[in-house]
Amino acid sequence: MSLPPLVEPAADLSIDEVRRYSRHLIIPDVGMDGQKRLKNAKVLAVGAGGLGSPVLMYLAAAGVGTLGIVEFDTVDESNLQRQIIHGQSDVGRSKAQSARDSVKEINPLIDVRLHETRLDSENVLEVFADYDLIVDGTDNFATRYLVNDACVLLDKPYVWGSIYRFDGQVSVFWNEHGPNYRDLYPVPPPPGMVPSCAEGGVLGVLCATIGAIQATEAVKLITGIGETLLGRLMVYDALEMTFRTIKVRKDPEGEPITGLIDYETFCGVVSVEAQEAAAGSTITVDELKDMMDAGKDFALIDVREPNEYEIVSIPGSVLIPKDEILSGRALAQLPQDKPIVIHCKTGVRSAETLAAVKAAGFKDAVHVQGGVTAWATRIDKALPTY
Amino acid sequence: MSPGEVCLRVPRSLAAHLGDATEVRLPLPADATVRGVLDALTGAHPGLDRRVRTEAGELRRHVNVYVDGEDVRRTGGLDTAVPAGAEVQVLQSIAGG
Repeated sequence: MSLPPLVEPAADLSIDEVRRYSRHLIIPDVGMDGQKRLKNAKVLAVGAGGLGSPVLMYLAAAGVGTLGIVEFDTVDESNLQRQIIHGQSDVGRSKAQSARDSVKEINPLIDVRLHETRLDSENVLEVFADYDLIVDGTDNFATRYLVNDACVLLDKPYVWGSIYRFDGQVSVFWNEHGPNYRDLYPVPPPPGMVPSCAEGGVLGVLCATIGAIQATEAVKLITGIGETLLGRLMVYDALEMTFRTIKVRKDPEGEPITGLIDYETFCGVVSVEAQEAAAGSTITVDELKDMMDAGKDFALIDVREPNEYEIVSIPGSVLIPKDEILSGRALAQLPQDKPIVIHCKTGVRSAETLAAVKAAGFKDAVHVQGGVTAWATRIDKALPTY
Repeated sequence: MSPGEVCLRVPRSLAAHLGDATEVRLPLPADATVRGVLDALTGAHPGLDRRVRTEAGELRRHVNVYVDGEDVRRTGGLDTAVPAGAEVQVLQSIAGG
């Protein structure tokens, strides 16, 4: 959809700015007017991770005058496969500060504002208030619904992008002029149904493809050029190398968004069934080690995927992927005559599996809090985490 | 696509439940609706059906199904007609960033 420019032009460009942005200025559709609008624009990136990296770097280079960064996390080595705004020497640093240093190196003429906080219902409206446009590059459903609802309440547009393994989805939502995120996906998937990138992985360079589209849409919205993705969803498959477009319309049955809610509860980390199953049936890795050392007879079942089992496993564990148990196919492989201990990577999938195992009548079953990650950090530090 | 066939597409994140394919072509079922297409697939691909429909046989709310680009929630849900040559596309919400 074609929209009027989001931002009024700045009064002028300095000589330095004219030199720096000359390749924009000579495009008639951008020109001095468009570049002055970019200079006057205030854009907030939610997350300085996989998607936030290309978004922030390209918007900084493009001359967006004010860039905000919401990020509470620190740089981890496992981020560097895709989060190209951070480097080896940034490991352990604040991601927000590392991202600021990178974009200031790309373009010292812009203003960077840091919001080193976890976005929640209490602070989101205040954080968003000063910005013209939000770019959503978060990594969980709860924050995505929070960002959407806050943008609806504040009448702000935002560019939404989402990735998983080889799949990317990207769109623009602006409730005042078209659909919002809830018109596309009214509710999040039940906990455990759709894995996160931390659980399922993501092709690093996918971030560049989807993040670059997000940055492109931001530039178009600010300057008012072209057809934006408002009302369209782009669906990218990196292996097929296809982009498909799907129409997104306002949902006539959609509930109006009138206030913020408790997004953790709305999205859940684990399902109610899993929480009930895990209550009183959760052991720590220390307790698991004690059971092993005491020579106790039990079956240790690893419910991750085969490629994860190849990376690292707990000695003596037997691999039976979660879906095999949930579908009922692998229930016959579980022992009836001894206790069952279930684990996964972090304890989410194992809690879901525990609920199914108990529902199938296995009473003597527990799951391991923190999974193989906790085992590798507390019990056997020689093992890798991933 | 041969005449009388329909095409079902799923995102790569669901390909494991469709025999590692993102696309399958099948003869137009006698019940030429979204329900009929899903019923025709469930024997060979029960995992996919569980991802798309609940135990009660309803469309899962976080999964979108489009017939030739139109969201079936606006056109009759599982009763939406699927004409010969149509593309039925399943889309799932993802949240990685």
